[in-house]
Amino acid sequence: MEHIVIIGNGISGVTAARHIRKNSDKKITIISAESKYFFSRTALMYVYMGHMKFKHTQPYEDWFWEKNNIQLKQGFVNHIDTSKKQLAFTNGEILSFDKLIIATGSKPNKFGWPGQDLEGVIGMYHKQDLENLEKYAPDNTACNRAVIVGGGLIGIELAEMLRSRKIPVTFLVREDSFWNGVLPAQESAMINNHIKEHHIDLRLSTNLKEIKSDKNGRVKSIIIEETGEELACNIVGLTAGVTPNINFLKESGIALGKGVKVNRFLETNIKDIYAIGDCAEQHEAIGQRRNIEAVWYTGRMMGETLAQTICNNKIEYKPGHWFNSAKFLDIEYQTYGWVFSEKGRQENEAYFQWKHPKDKKCITISFDKHTQQFLGINTFGIRMRHEIFDKWLTENQTIAHVLEYLADANFDPEFYKLHEPEIVAKFNQENNTNILPKKKSWKRIFSKAL
Amino acid sequence: MKFIKQSGLIIFLLGLFLFIGTIFTGSFKLSQTDLDTFLEEQNYKSTVIKGALEKAVVTSDDLNIFEFSTSVRKAYESSNNHYDALIQKYNKEKNWTKKGAQYQYKISGKPHSLSFKLAQKAGKGLAAENTGFMWLLTFGLGIIGALLYIVPDVVLLGKPGIKNDGVFLHAATNRGWIGWFAFVFLVTFYILLYFYPDFIVNWVFLVDPISQFTSGNPASQWFLYGFLYCTVMSVMAVRMYIKYRHSKYQILRTTSVLFFQIVFAFLIPEILVRFEKPWYDFKNAFPLDYDFFFKWNLEELLASGGFGLFILVWGVVLTVVVVPVMVYFFGKRWYCSWVCGCGGLAETLGDPYRQLSSKTLLSWKFERIVIHSVLIFVMVMTGFALYTFFSGASQVIGIKTQTIQDIYGFLIGSIFAGVIGTGFYPIFGNRVWCRFGCPLAAYLGFIQRFKSKFRITTNGGQCISCGNCSTYCEQGIDVRAYAQKGENIVRSSCVGCGVCSEVCPRGVLKLENGPEDGRINPTEVLLGNDVELMDLVNKK
Repeated sequence: MEHIVIIGNGISGVTAARHIRKNSDKKITIISAESKYFFSRTALMYVYMGHMKFKHTQPYEDWFWEKNNIQLKQGFVNHIDTSKKQLAFTNGEILSFDKLIIATGSKPNKFGWPGQDLEGVIGMYHKQDLENLEKYAPDNTACNRAVIVGGGLIGIELAEMLRSRKIPVTFLVREDSFWNGVLPAQESAMINNHIKEHHIDLRLSTNLKEIKSDKNGRVKSIIIEETGEELACNIVGLTAGVTPNINFLKESGIALGKGVKVNRFLETNIKDIYAIGDCAEQHEAIGQRRNIEAVWYTGRMMGETLAQTICNNKIEYKPGHWFNSAKFLDIEYQTYGWVFSEKGRQENEAYFQWKHPKDKKCITISFDKHTQQFLGINTFGIRMRHEIFDKWLTENQTIAHVLEYLADANFDPEFYKLHEPEIVAKFNQENNTNILPKKKSWKRIFSKAL
Repeated sequence: MKFIKQSGLIIFLLGLFLFIGTIFTGSFKLSQTDLDTFLEEQNYKSTVIKGALEKAVVTSDDLNIFEFSTSVRKAYESSNNHYDALIQKYNKEKNWTKKGAQYQYKISGKPHSLSFKLAQKAGKGLAAENTGFMWLLTFGLGIIGALLYIVPDVVLLGKPGIKNDGVFLHAATNRGWIGWFAFVFLVTFYILLYFYPDFIVNWVFLVDPISQFTSGNPASQWFLYGFLYCTVMSVMAVRMYIKYRHSKYQILRTTSVLFFQIVFAFLIPEILVRFEKPWYDFKNAFPLDYDFFFKWNLEELLASGGFGLFILVWGVVLTVVVVPVMVYFFGKRWYCSWVCGCGGLAETLGDPYRQLSSKTLLSWKFERIVIHSVLIFVMVMTGFALYTFFSGASQVIGIKTQTIQDIYGFLIGSIFAGVIGTGFYPIFGNRVWCRFGCPLAAYLGFIQRFKSKFRITTNGGQCISCGNCSTYCEQGIDVRAYAQKGENIVRSSCVGCGVCSEVCPRGVLKLENGPEDGRINPTEVLLGNDVELMDLVNKK
């Protein structure tokens, strides 16, 4: 029986294993050094905040793996012998494979800051980071101040976590407005305000110079690059993005770039060795996507796709239209299609924007100003229906169509106040058009594009 | 603000302490004339009960309620023992006529209920005489303290949004010592209420004037329960309004259950009694209202003229037509989390405990066996009851209808729905009864699962498997298991509280009533992954 070995029990590896099991009776082994059972990394924050226990982050009960005949092995692989098809573990154990899937995910970036390896400097990625956070920042008496370096999605989540235990937080962001490499200015500004509303000391256009240690090798303070100001703190969170976790592959002969180089079939340069998820790097970008995508759902989709290939149904990895979501403290964010920030957008891309006068709600629709084609939408504080936008993007609909049928796409809970009329009115006013918003229709919503 | 909150807690605890303390106050004895009036009202045939009760309760001693209860129960026991001895004697003598004649002298009824009736007349002291003052010290302090504890959250919780910080770090909401204390308190309360009403007669005194005002009758322990129920729900509804103030769905739902509890379950029945109509809760549908088809109820309704007949017809129409039709259009949520009193308490008092329900596959299996067994039990019992009503025979295939009714009332009506159903909130989550026991929920569940427009739609591929939805599902549904596969959630047990949708950080879930077609949508590959691949695997 063919033995499939998967290194990494995150969403990519586990999805691959589940789908291989659905379609075959191959022997499957999943290896992890981090935790025996699969858990949802995105939920670690809720454990510290007390919304959940760690157990709740595990999507499958412990018996699931044995019942589905998926072996779980705890250990750290430090060498791969591709010719013998063997893995070597740090404890000297050897494991043979017929096919190998590398799904080792990412690790937090460290940019060579002085003091970046001191005790009390943490990332917010691994289960062990959560344990360290409990150790160094259990409450606001043990931790009088935390400094977070890096203004992305993990940074704002870490700030929210620490604030849930009333720990004062200083948030250093390199950009002059939060995440404005990705978000349009209107939305970035709204998040800036919201961060401050949560009593987080947001420092924009601010970089870290160094982290200072006390005499026991623990974090004592940080120095700010621009002003030289010294801030006393008990922990430092480094959240300046992630890179593929592939150090152990350097000697293996597997072609590496920033990540493990793969083709559209998720194959590496070596036969029977594949890479999926955060650690995989496409030779060429797919559409406007990046070569490496550290996103939950792309990991899952790669796992789904590769499982087909491994079960003799060879299929290319073809992610559909871009979408994503996040939550910035109390504000939910969803995006469908491409909306680039002012910094990143092309000449032909125009915005239509609407913002609620009082609530933290706004949208940006990106469209082609020559053809009027709808390119993408960002919504804040309003939920949208994935299926509908996916359909509109496939159909290359115009912005006028999207606005006319916007009510079909709303996904807010029942009885919520809807804003389509105001949104469309604003567009009509700005563009001298006369679009009449249609009422929501179940028939249209459930007539699938498929 | 924090100071107000803490003072509120202290005031609430003081009120609770005094409330519990009230049980032990007062003295109980009857004057000869009061006893005579009582005996006249009761019209006992026993010739020895008078003497026994005189000895027991017409006394110069200051008996507390426990001593009083013991004396009264002994008096009744001695009377019954007296006639039991005669029965034995005539049995031995084979004197059947005399033996048969003795049964009429025996006094039926639960000993603690008999004692409760007397205690109501016999009570003196703080609760019985300074009722208004004591009401303020117990209910009053409790309500004021709780509100002072709750209302500052408007400021303390910060901006509107999901506020579950520290839920699993707090002893009250994570089965800590406070949770266990609440568990012991609630279980004890229900045991006293159902089985030892005389012990809490002082609490009944506290609400007596309110009962006199609404129905014109002295309060019973059930009036106390109803009043307490409405009070607790109202106070905890304030908490819901604050906690979920960003969500119109939760606000409307909370208002709805509160309205139906106060108006339909509490006020209307009391007012009906004032106009000498049968006590009836118009929203309480059979088989949750399990004694609706009992002989005594049917006879009472038939004896109450046109109005009784109207209730009878409405009760049948409610269960047979209204309930299923509404479930078809809106899901069982219209009843379970918008109307029902049990649901109402679960969604107000119980909301802080919703995360404690078990999500294991094992508990789902257990749930299906138990809840459907209760449904079968209630249907069989109702069959017996209707047979008895129409045929007049008290037995069916050698089993007494009364016995079955008693067993159901004790095991399901009292122990399961009350002691376990509510008492176990702080340990097993707030829907223990609704999830494992309620036969109406089981019936609604069938319709919801097989013939309804209701579903929780999963939003394509946005799920990140975080597990907030499953954690906060009070019914123990593993919502994430569906959401992460891109499947809609169509489960018979879902009561549509909407909290999974609220706590989802990625906007993945929406409760909605849409077309039946495509409601259940098993998927192999989620939306977002290439279209051809989806075609291939989903349509194979």
